[in-house]
Amino acid sequence: MMSDRPHFLLIVVAALVYLFLMLPLVIVVGAALSDTTYLTFPPQGLSLRWFENIFEISAFRRTIITSLQIALLGTLIALLIGIPAAYALNRFRVELPKWLGTLFVLPILVPEIVFGFALLKSFTVGTGAPIFLSLLIGHTLIVLPYVVRVISASLASFDFSIEEAAISLGSAPVKTFFTIVLPNVRAGVIAAFILAFITSLNDVSVSLFLTGPGISTLPIQILAHVEQFFDPTVASVSVLLMFLTVAVMAVVERTLGLTFLAK
Amino acid sequence: MTQPLALQAVSAHYGTTKVLEDLSLSVQAGELVSLLGASGCGKTTTLRLIAGFLTPTTGSIQLGGRDLTRLPTHRRDIGLVFQNYALFPHLSVLDNVAFGLKQRGIGPAERRKRAVAMLERVGLAVLADRAPGALSGGQKQRVALARALVIEPPLLMFDEPLSNLDAKLRVDMRVEIRQLQRSNGTTSVYVTHDQEEAFSISDRVAIMNAGRLMQFDRPEVLYRRPANTFVARFVGFENIIPFKVVARDGDRVTAETAGMILRLSQAAYGAIPDSFLLATRPDGLVVSTDPMAEGLSAQLGLRTYLGRAYQYQCDTQAGHLVANGSLTTPLEAGTSVKLVPMPEQCTILPADGAR
Repeated sequence: MMSDRPHFLLIVVAALVYLFLMLPLVIVVGAALSDTTYLTFPPQGLSLRWFENIFEISAFRRTIITSLQIALLGTLIALLIGIPAAYALNRFRVELPKWLGTLFVLPILVPEIVFGFALLKSFTVGTGAPIFLSLLIGHTLIVLPYVVRVISASLASFDFSIEEAAISLGSAPVKTFFTIVLPNVRAGVIAAFILAFITSLNDVSVSLFLTGPGISTLPIQILAHVEQFFDPTVASVSVLLMFLTVAVMAVVERTLGLTFLAK
Repeated sequence: MTQPLALQAVSAHYGTTKVLEDLSLSVQAGELVSLLGASGCGKTTTLRLIAGFLTPTTGSIQLGGRDLTRLPTHRRDIGLVFQNYALFPHLSVLDNVAFGLKQRGIGPAERRKRAVAMLERVGLAVLADRAPGALSGGQKQRVALARALVIEPPLLMFDEPLSNLDAKLRVDMRVEIRQLQRSNGTTSVYVTHDQEEAFSISDRVAIMNAGRLMQFDRPEVLYRRPANTFVARFVGFENIIPFKVVARDGDRVTAETAGMILRLSQAAYGAIPDSFLLATRPDGLVVSTDPMAEGLSAQLGLRTYLGRAYQYQCDTQAGHLVANGSLTTPLEAGTSVKLVPMPEQCTILPADGAR
């Protein structure tokens, strides 16, 4: 019907969209490399001093560690809950009520800011739980839907008669889960891990409510820093965060291919 | 190694739906029994009950004196061959076959030896290191067969194993399955909806309908002597005509249907009850142009060509019948004929054998 080559206008529009998406990033990277003591673009002079500055400010050092801890722990807990949940939802799709699957998607359906506030009100204030614990629970809950969704997608194409075959050959059900089911949804588990990790690392709205005196996450610290200072440190932290995400994505691309996350 | 299987009064309910009712079935050691029926007849449920994926509501299942009823699947020691092969995608062909041996705590060297030997028997030893994804449908099913057989199970079960293969391969594979089963002498249960497949490879066939066992016998008996109208229709007895006996004279019985009279010999048909159904295939009704012939008056309708005969749709007072006529003298629609039943191709069913 049409030629294989995309239309000229389509290329132009696509290019403009990319430019629109990329330009802010270019500006941030430029600003991060500036030698000035204030945020500016184009950069005046080239320097890495603002990158060094990140590690000299103890608040940044602490929050980077907190963010990584929360992201890693939250993702692992979400996997521990999400993998069995996704398995049960798929394995017993016929037997289980339909709304049960929806339950695991709820945290993304509720606006995050509402969700964060609700957690603060009911959990942190209600029980007086430590801030780190509140943060961990909040992040676990916001990444759980991604974990359940991605692993469910993987399990949807898994033929459960394979599991039955293994059981009939003498492998106990729990053992079969680890030796037969899990290896066949490995790619889904890795994708879920990465997606959840990045989501947690970049989260602002839920953390905004749950961080408190002494404990904060990196994105919240960036916000706090901008309120007081206008130096390029925020730009360099942003670049650092960006590269962290890019690095993770590059690993996925190398090992699994990105199409996998697009599913 | 080979053991008999016995199901005693097994019922299975799914919520309030009865998917299987009061099924009793015994499979002798070394025998291959097919469960045959349309989808929803309970054949797959029966297989899953024997395998232990489902638990019966009532009844018991015994394999060689062992009570399987409450035993978990992984301790039942049953070889299963699935419709969609169900090979482990992340393991090589060899590791697929060796999987069951590994569960039985057999060492790596011995495992390998036995798995390779089994692969040789199904002609796939050269593919041992391949991934299952790289095999054709027929090869996959051979690997699945080898994987089930290598554990030397006392019972082997097949769940529509050939449905995903093309017609030619289906016939080859079923011969292969039968040969392997025979030479191993493994008691086998084979689930299929394909009558030809079931009849060709089974010692006995259980025909099922709506969760009940309709008839369980050798294929030869089912084919010639169906016990009820369901089985009769299932095996191709298209004409089922209700009769009432009006007179008896020793061997001779005079019976009537819709005003038509037919004289039958009990020597030829066996004992004839007062009220009965005469069932036959189209081949069992001879189309005769002789007005004096002992048969049912009919008007010929549409004629179709079968290759080995002509088939006629016939109108009679007793309703619509189908008969086959000879190739040498094709008859035109509207011809008045007599349809003469051939005793050896007919069967007498009790009138209440209807379902």
